[in-house]
Amino acid sequence: MTTTTSKHELPTASGPVTTTEKRKPEGRFLTGFSHVFLAVWGLMVGVPLIWATVQSFRSDDEILHQPLSLPTSWHIGAFGRAWTKGHIGEYFFNTIVVMTFSVTLSMLFGAMVAYVLARYRFPGNRAIYYLFFTGLVMPIFLGLIPLYKTVQNLAAMLGLSSVIGLNTYGGLILVYIAYSLPFTVFFLHSFFRTLSTDVAEAGLIDGASHTTLFFRVMLPMAKPGLVSIGLFNIIGQWNQFILPNLLMKPQSGFEEGKFVLTQGLLNLVNNSKYETDWARLFAGMTLAMLPILVTYLVFNRQIQAGLTGSITK
Amino acid sequence: MNHGRARFIVGFLFFPVLLYVVYVIWPYLQTIGYSLTDWNGFTPEVPYAGFGNYADLLKDETFLRSLYHNAVILVVYPIVTILLALFFAFMLNVGGRGDKAGVRGVAGSGLYKTIFFFPQLLSIAIVAILWSRIFESSTDTGFLNALLAKVGIVDPQRPLLFLGETNSWLLPGIPFGDTILDAPVVLWCLIAIAVWGGVGFYLVLFSAGMQSIPRDIFEAALLDGSTRGQTFFRITLPLLWEQISVAWVYLGIAALDFFLLAYAIAPPSMQATGASHVMSSWIYHTAFGSSRYDKFGYACAMAVAMAAFTFIFALIQLRITRREKIEF
Repeated sequence: MTTTTSKHELPTASGPVTTTEKRKPEGRFLTGFSHVFLAVWGLMVGVPLIWATVQSFRSDDEILHQPLSLPTSWHIGAFGRAWTKGHIGEYFFNTIVVMTFSVTLSMLFGAMVAYVLARYRFPGNRAIYYLFFTGLVMPIFLGLIPLYKTVQNLAAMLGLSSVIGLNTYGGLILVYIAYSLPFTVFFLHSFFRTLSTDVAEAGLIDGASHTTLFFRVMLPMAKPGLVSIGLFNIIGQWNQFILPNLLMKPQSGFEEGKFVLTQGLLNLVNNSKYETDWARLFAGMTLAMLPILVTYLVFNRQIQAGLTGSITK
Repeated sequence: MNHGRARFIVGFLFFPVLLYVVYVIWPYLQTIGYSLTDWNGFTPEVPYAGFGNYADLLKDETFLRSLYHNAVILVVYPIVTILLALFFAFMLNVGGRGDKAGVRGVAGSGLYKTIFFFPQLLSIAIVAILWSRIFESSTDTGFLNALLAKVGIVDPQRPLLFLGETNSWLLPGIPFGDTILDAPVVLWCLIAIAVWGGVGFYLVLFSAGMQSIPRDIFEAALLDGSTRGQTFFRITLPLLWEQISVAWVYLGIAALDFFLLAYAIAPPSMQATGASHVMSSWIYHTAFGSSRYDKFGYACAMAVAMAAFTFIFALIQLRITRREKIEF
């Protein structure tokens, strides 16, 4: 930030000038100056990512001895190895299965709760609202230790250990939904509040039930809000690491861990300490990054607006 | 109006609220309960310990060091991130040429924003792979060491350790009882990674804030002969106060957490010595690490303490930054 001072001095050095003349050189200098700083940060973000992507096309020998040069020939074998031997394909599958249910249901339940809390007055409304607010402020760590036991014991109590217990899709789905709810409810609550009440009342007078009204009228009207928070949940759950790392581990020597992508990738990192296949690791990373990159490039504006807007709401 | 209204409300709320209470609220309460016990996590009997666990916190060297690490992060991470994000946001929105058409952002500001924001979307696994290669302590395989060796700053025989460096030269250790509260290099590396990932997000946040400030305010200021620097400090900064205070709260909460970086990126050797631990990673290690397998109740007490710190921080921050809202 020291450069701000030199910037003041530049125009005055050329003697007294009128404001209009003065603005131009200052502006030009500032533009060049801006670009330098912006470009440097851009490189700091972009170069590591590109570098790591390029590594996946190189042989291990090159990776280990010439980290900075470009590949002499491009190998794509690492991607296949990552997909099968590195289990990336399997991790992808697990993540997709879990998220198909968890994102859909987070949105549905979140919208249902938010709608009822925002549009209906009844005793206990505020209490439930603040209950969800608590989950928004508290660090996930506060509940993490007993969560493990809760998932295990609840499933055992209901006799559903293989459905919603530890290391099951069902268990992780329910936990994802529960932890996505506070934010989804909070965000959609303020959204439903802003929607006009006229349509809802007209619908009720026409004899529509409350449920029909919600699904047919209110939910479609809340679409922009649903898109924002939907993208937020997709990105959040795709990148979730703490919860699966706690819950999705093999429970006995006979069982395979149903790893999700984030967890599986880190597992690959740890394995690569014993059997080095760097190219495979980088290829796995590239494959895991690709869906997020594509989503981001398509929904660029919505993601930026949704993610930043969500914290100022 | 009453077409089964009560039934509808209960029907809509029942399952989601149940799910939330069982998996979120109930574990929170359990943590608080177990923090008053010496439970080891397995046995059916749960010996009551009163506030003994909380008293032990003050005797736990690693906890005190971790707490100090969190404090360092709490000061450095938000300030650096906010300053960089503000600086870039200002460049993007007002850094362009001001001519007769008024004040403009630099060309390609959308592209810059797109690139800067991207790290925010990467999962910790990807960030971990990326940065452990960048910080690798070898001029053969490590990106940064190779780069520095090429420029001639680093001797290939003695590469920089980065994530493996326990030396606290940047901020000398403070003796506290029997412990030395230090901020080793590995911690600074983790903060750097966090800043790298966070700047883009807050840049976009501030940038949106700046765009909602009416253009004519800037133009009037420039016509009156104020420099960009003056407009920034006299106009932009005060009008962005709300976004900045929100950013401060979020960054502060993130600084008090910091689990992902301290757990997934700090090498095991650093975690074993406690050099890289923050409260959260030390809690996790205490609760689930095999070497301390009977400390369940104590880990819960640490978790409650951490939640309390977070809560107090958020409360103080909201008090300090509360100001009158300026409507345009």
